[in-house]
Amino acid sequence: MSSSASSAAAGGPAVFPEHHYLNNGTTVRSWLLTLDHKRIALLYLSVVMVSFLLGGIFAMVIRLELLTPGPTIIEALTYNRMFTLHGVVMIFLFMIPAIPAVFGNFFLPIMIGAKDVAFPRWNLVSFYLYFAGAVLALWGMLNGGTDTGWTFYTPYSTTTAQGVLPVLLGVFVIGFSSILTGLNFIVTIHTLRAPGITWFKLPLFIWALYGTAIIQVLATPVIGLVAMLVAAESAFGFGFFDPARGGDPVLFQHLFWFYSHPAVYIMVLPAMGVISETISAYSRKNIFGYSMIAASSLGIAFVGFFAWGHHLFTSGQSAFDAGAFAVISMLVGVFTAIKVFNWVGTLYKGAIAFTAPYAYICGFLFFLVFGGMTGIALATVSLDIHWQDTYFVVAHFHFIMVGAVIMGFLAGLHYWFPKMFGRTYHEGWALVSAALIVLGFNATFIPQFLLGNAGMPRRYYEYPERFQALNVASTAGSSLLAIGFIIIAIYLGFALKYGPVAGPNPWGSRGYEWMTPSPPPTENFDVTPTFAHPPHDYTEDAVGDPDFAHARTT
Amino acid sequence: MEATSARVMTAEGYLAPPPTPHHYEGNPAAHKHAVRFGMWLFLATEILLFAGLFVGYAVFRTDFPEAFDQAARHLSLFLGTTNTLLLLTSSLTVALAHHNAEHGKNRNAFWLLLVSIAMGGGFLCIKAIEYTEKFREGALPGRFFAFSEITAPGGPMFYVVYFFATGLHALHVIVGMSLLTWVAIRCWHKEFSPTHYAPVENAGLYWHLVDLVWIFLYPLLYLV
Amino acid sequence: MNGDLLDTDWLRRLLWLPEQASTFAVSVDRLHYFVIITTMVMSGLTGALAFYFFFRYRRLSENQTTPAVHPTVGFEVAAVSVPLVVFLAWFVIGFGDYAKLANPPPDAMDVYVMGKQWMWKFAYPDGPNSVGVLHVPANRPVRLLLTSRDVIHSFYIPAFRLKQDVLPNRYTETWFQATKPGRYQVLCAEYCGTQHSKMWATVVVLAPEAFDAWLKEQQRGLVARADILADPDMVSIQGNLVEQGKRVAMEQGCLRCHSINSAVNDTERHIGPTWVDLYQRPTKLTTGDTIVADEAYLTESMMEPNNKIVAGYQPLMPSYQGKMSGPDTAAVVEYIKSLRSDSAELQPVKGPVYEQLRQ
Repeated sequence: MSSSASSAAAGGPAVFPEHHYLNNGTTVRSWLLTLDHKRIALLYLSVVMVSFLLGGIFAMVIRLELLTPGPTIIEALTYNRMFTLHGVVMIFLFMIPAIPAVFGNFFLPIMIGAKDVAFPRWNLVSFYLYFAGAVLALWGMLNGGTDTGWTFYTPYSTTTAQGVLPVLLGVFVIGFSSILTGLNFIVTIHTLRAPGITWFKLPLFIWALYGTAIIQVLATPVIGLVAMLVAAESAFGFGFFDPARGGDPVLFQHLFWFYSHPAVYIMVLPAMGVISETISAYSRKNIFGYSMIAASSLGIAFVGFFAWGHHLFTSGQSAFDAGAFAVISMLVGVFTAIKVFNWVGTLYKGAIAFTAPYAYICGFLFFLVFGGMTGIALATVSLDIHWQDTYFVVAHFHFIMVGAVIMGFLAGLHYWFPKMFGRTYHEGWALVSAALIVLGFNATFIPQFLLGNAGMPRRYYEYPERFQALNVASTAGSSLLAIGFIIIAIYLGFALKYGPVAGPNPWGSRGYEWMTPSPPPTENFDVTPTFAHPPHDYTEDAVGDPDFAHARTT
Repeated sequence: MEATSARVMTAEGYLAPPPTPHHYEGNPAAHKHAVRFGMWLFLATEILLFAGLFVGYAVFRTDFPEAFDQAARHLSLFLGTTNTLLLLTSSLTVALAHHNAEHGKNRNAFWLLLVSIAMGGGFLCIKAIEYTEKFREGALPGRFFAFSEITAPGGPMFYVVYFFATGLHALHVIVGMSLLTWVAIRCWHKEFSPTHYAPVENAGLYWHLVDLVWIFLYPLLYLV
Repeated sequence: MNGDLLDTDWLRRLLWLPEQASTFAVSVDRLHYFVIITTMVMSGLTGALAFYFFFRYRRLSENQTTPAVHPTVGFEVAAVSVPLVVFLAWFVIGFGDYAKLANPPPDAMDVYVMGKQWMWKFAYPDGPNSVGVLHVPANRPVRLLLTSRDVIHSFYIPAFRLKQDVLPNRYTETWFQATKPGRYQVLCAEYCGTQHSKMWATVVVLAPEAFDAWLKEQQRGLVARADILADPDMVSIQGNLVEQGKRVAMEQGCLRCHSINSAVNDTERHIGPTWVDLYQRPTKLTTGDTIVADEAYLTESMMEPNNKIVAGYQPLMPSYQGKMSGPDTAAVVEYIKSLRSDSAELQPVKGPVYEQLRQ
């Protein structure tokens, strides 16, 4: 049994299954109106990748413009529109749906032994809302030229001559999509777990998605309301946030960050879940402190709701508020630290294979710790006075949102690619691009930390000459990053069609999703497994589990 | 949603319940729970949507207590109270409709829902009368404000909150009425039975939420 | 304190921090070093540990099994409490500094700061005002009272490690004590539109005696050194009539009796009527007539000041007939015309009411 398993893992006799979700209906209609969570995940994947490409192009334009202190390639107004585009596209169109809507949709039902999510129709509605919102927002920004930054701070956003209405409506519609996804996930986890999967046998990715979904459901309505208020204000001049009419611009900041701070955890929690899955699979090791990691996901989701005020330390907030928000922010750091310790603990006595996803895991750990601790540093109120709204903040949140989240996304993409498409990719190129991305990322953003120290504010089109050396370094680093992503696109695109057939479980992983053929059948499992062992269990006893042996030889 | 014509009328006088969706096969109880749970989660998002407005109300009331006081006294307490009674009563009839549908008494449920929808319509008519009055007086938000009787600064801010909160609420009333109409039509077709009444329950829950929001808006705007 | 024992200036340079020109900068940087070193050590340790484990526990066979290892309670308690203690240590130090920043010392000197797209204006309660250049004394606390005329800005002096958002229709405050005479850049840190990245100003820190001399000079109405020191982008010395009028008004001593500072004209009664909003204002005279203060009236008041006296004022003003050239007179009129109460000080102000710090 084990000999056939290992030969399958080596790619020998593995055969592509005859019937799977990809060839169950090949018409355009069967894709666009599908209710299959796996196909919806692929619809999301395609739009999310286009968004990432666009956001990346905007980022490169920004970096090129910042090569010289004066005007370089574009005008000031174009530059301001460009960073707005970059922020809105990367956050609302890419980062928020990236892991939950793609990998969450695809793997959540499989990982709990279900055939689909609780409400498949709403799942499809959610995708189309996202698509419509994305088109609306992009059209609005390209056509009207929104120049407010993705934060839409009032009263600038309500008085600027550039159009802000379409992008706000787009954000509102995308918010609805996000709510529906989160709601669907919570209900699915509650009602569709297969017999044998108790709450404490849930894979950690599911726990992370659960925490994420709570935030999506509870925080998103507030950004919906804020988007409506700002839109109404810029259209009719109602004055909710306009000080000249008695309104309060700082109220906007409170309401905005009440969503947008937890939204950071909508982005990063799923990435943490991916890391929990992959770190266990590539070290063939049970998760050290499973319940601590699961609980800290919920802890971050909960505490994240009360930390928003640390974005307002310089806005004239009272010292008491600042202190309270600072301490709460530190609790987020403690929960994150628990996860980091337990991940590193997982490696102890493991059996580690250095693969591309493992490279991303190492990158993730470094970026999360550095980015996270600089976040705590920013919450240390007196330091924030210097760093607020400088490149230090930019570097910090890129460490978390690009460093950690994209490492998580890429680790997940490489880990699950064989499951999703039934084929494997070229490991050598994967390692090359992983190295380029981790290095390029450091080269891009470490200079930005220093720029922040030196006092360069964010959203600067021109800057004093003393900042130039670091800006050039950052731009150089970003081109490495771009090359890394292009390589990934090429070898994964190639693998999609010509990659070696993967077989059900090329990594020998113990995750539940590897108990079914790759790509999975439409109903996810030909025979529903019994889930006798918890996930992430690599002990002698569990590895002999006939469910897995069966899966690997199919 | 499901093709109702294909379903058989049972001896009790209602249609046989639709089959449990394939991914809940063999576990109808879980499906029922999922539908109800999903609705409760959705209601949670609605409450947070209004919560933002209540925060705005609190901030501006603190900033401009006198204007809020004056403006509140200019609202018609009679119309507001009538509307409150209408909505509360309609919630009762919706609850009764739910009860009847659950026992397969589709016709009773239909008429009760119709009464509820009518009361929702009445609520909107009265709201329209109040709005017309405000437009006539110039008691409007932001730059449209032209109401001389409010002398304290911050008058426009009251009307921003007033129109946003009641407008958003009215929108929810309209959505709620549409939902009630949809389940009323299904009641007419005798679709609901002791094993299948989730749509009535969920539409009813939504209507109760609309009611609940008003129960907060009414004292904040009219009474305090 | 331990500056002799441990010279941290190389660390400051390594981290690209600007020079330390305020008392706040020194204490903030000390925390900065602590925080950044802990961060680097922790992230380095995490990376090194992952690396070490990779070598120590390389995969030996395809289907290798591993023992199930679970953390002890002691480990988890440590995993929670060690970071918590470290973070709280940062917080306690940082919050101490922040609390100091939130409470200006009672002997601080006040300066009003107004941000508008895209420039900074400064005004002293009893002295000159300027665009783009702020003069402050070294080694004396200075309190800034900030407001904006349009959107939100943020007043940022990297060398002082100081930043404060500037809000329309509301005052915010902050304070600093500069330590070294010199010129330091002010930047706008809150995105405020097309020219956001050019919304700069300069802080000129003078030695205390030099500052006193400068202030006296300003008040005596001699040529404004502010203008000489000013960034040429911001203020041109004789660039237009208004600037010339302002200079003439200072030289002629007009400002000893007429206020031009909307920030203080409510609290301080001057000998003559304020110039702010004077132009085109219907003015009641001692004779009971009401006239509109147009160009003709303004010119006449300089030449024949006691012809038409504003109600409530004494006929004290000397004639400037022959003391001022035609162009200078016109320049002063233009200057008066330019003084609009556009600054938010005259609008209803929200937020805390500031107690007078200095007696």
